[in-house]
Amino acid sequence: MAGAPLLEIENLRLGYATERGTLWAVDGVNLEVRRNEALAVLGESGCGKSSLARTLLRTLPRNAHAPSGQMRLDGRDVLGLPEERFRREVRWVRIALVMQAAMNALNPVVRVGEQVAEPLRVHHRLGRREAHRRAGAAFEEVGIATDFLRRYPHELSGGMRQRAVLAMALVTEPDLVVLDEPTSALDVLTQASIMNVLKRIKAQRGVSFVLITHDIATSSELADRVALMYAGQVVETASAEAFFGHPAHPYSRLLMDSVPRLHQEQPPRAIPGRPPSLLEPPTGCRFAERCPKAYERCSEPPPEVAYDTRHRVRCWLHHRSGGGP
Amino acid sequence: MSLHSPIAAHTTGSTDEALLCVDGLHTHFELRQWGFLRTGTVRAVDGVAFSLDAGEAIAVVGESGCGKSSLARTLLGLHRPTAGSARFAGTEVGELNGAALKTYRAQVGYVQQDPYGALPPFMEVQRILAEPLIIHGVRPRAERWRRIEAALEEVGLSPAAEVAGKFPHQLSGGQQQRVVIARALLLRPAMIIADEPVSMLDASVRVEILNLLHRVQQEHDLALLYITHDLSTVRHYVDRAMVMYGGRIVEQAPVDALLQRPQHPYTEALLSALGDPDAANAGRPRPVPGGEAPSLIQPPTGCRYHPRCPHAMAGRCELDPPPPDFRPRPEHRAACWLRE
Repeated sequence: MAGAPLLEIENLRLGYATERGTLWAVDGVNLEVRRNEALAVLGESGCGKSSLARTLLRTLPRNAHAPSGQMRLDGRDVLGLPEERFRREVRWVRIALVMQAAMNALNPVVRVGEQVAEPLRVHHRLGRREAHRRAGAAFEEVGIATDFLRRYPHELSGGMRQRAVLAMALVTEPDLVVLDEPTSALDVLTQASIMNVLKRIKAQRGVSFVLITHDIATSSELADRVALMYAGQVVETASAEAFFGHPAHPYSRLLMDSVPRLHQEQPPRAIPGRPPSLLEPPTGCRFAERCPKAYERCSEPPPEVAYDTRHRVRCWLHHRSGGGP
Repeated sequence: MSLHSPIAAHTTGSTDEALLCVDGLHTHFELRQWGFLRTGTVRAVDGVAFSLDAGEAIAVVGESGCGKSSLARTLLGLHRPTAGSARFAGTEVGELNGAALKTYRAQVGYVQQDPYGALPPFMEVQRILAEPLIIHGVRPRAERWRRIEAALEEVGLSPAAEVAGKFPHQLSGGQQQRVVIARALLLRPAMIIADEPVSMLDASVRVEILNLLHRVQQEHDLALLYITHDLSTVRHYVDRAMVMYGGRIVEQAPVDALLQRPQHPYTEALLSALGDPDAANAGRPRPVPGGEAPSLIQPPTGCRYHPRCPHAMAGRCELDPPPPDFRPRPEHRAACWLRE
């Protein structure tokens, strides 16, 4: 079961310098991940979810401004840590990353065993033999035979490469693993077997996950909680039961209705319109333009309304004083 | 005004035959070292049979490397079949050359997976859409523009004059795919082949494009071959679905029957690996067959699924390839010895 807060994010903002001004990809995000909890961060491309992942690992491109706000790991501030200490104490030690394209995450000319052992040698200063022994154990944990340690990335199938990248993230025994679209390039059966590995690891190791994806059905395979992003902001945070069962934000509802389903008579419905530009976002609610329930009040920025302690909705309709048109 | 007008060619075939008849189709590729040493054969399409009526929509579902894109490209006349037959309106597609091939391609629209890759980046939308009309001799310019305008409006890109002046990179992924669909419709085809048309798009855009394809298919009474790896996008959009594995079709049926009463263990595996969004999914491991997709160079003997199949019968499934047409019900065929 989920335990104490591991990661707390408050009012996080991340901007990129562009020719046309600052683009706020993450604009005032509040999130919490507890121990042994899987949080799915959902959203369509351009909503800022990958920027959020990169902020967590501090692997930002050059044109990114320094993020502002609060980011605490076990109650300790990590956003203000100098880069050298962040590298030694946080990145890959406490927080690891699994990237989308496993082929790009692996060095093609280095045997995969070396690559999986590398974080141990760099961060834990382990000797070669011990690092390789643990890399072998990590391989077994994700379901690859240890003979594959000696292979090169191109000798592995797509699913095995993704497992190897997962082994690389787990080998240092981090508290939090950030998964950025971990299965979106994979086939259905491979995807299901990777999700099975993640489920097993979550149950056995007590590790926390932040699963960043646009694939709502797959996110429900792992998530205890869901945060839905739209135009740089989190519009709803809820338990998986509440989000998949009865989402509260109008965008969440429309998004759930747009998912093609195997076992439902009703055909999926598209959401009319497009997300706003992040360079000049609307001053009020960012979804108002596409929202069937928008009213005058929506031209002001909506508050994050707390339904109960862990269910928050950024919408005027749910505000006590407002309550609707 | 409808874009569609019947083309003479697809009424000249024998009347009792479907629009597209595929029988025993094989498309193999030679692997060569240094350009001449034959080192193997990729059996991408290895004995495929199905038919598609005018106005009918059919899905080809399979994982990467199952041969579904090679099948599409063979039907488009981009690869020559190694053996077997694919007849479109009574004409053998693999034997078309020159002018006949050009005429054939006007009758078959193609929608690719990657819309950005499918549109030349240095051409404006208007120029991209004018190209096929010029090649197929549509004159004068005013007639071409009338058709381009109608096609853009039809796929929901309006005002057409504004979109026509844009370059592909100025459009969103969904708009690019709409341009690709407009191009596929321009020559008033009788059939559309859509190869993973939505797999690179976002969820809500995906539904928009699928709805658009479905609408134009219905309005113009087009035959549609929809190729996908995602079974959840099949329902509501096609009449029938076929499941492909290792270069062969293992099951074909009306779409609801396939989803509700799958007959082949591979189809069952695909369906149980997928779920609708539900918080209860998180606790439950899904049943997944072991092993990897089969090699198309050295495919397994007998049934190509037997090394992964939980129901494989020793002495049977690894020896003899199952015929593709055991019929649990009329219109529902499965290539599996269990259904004998």
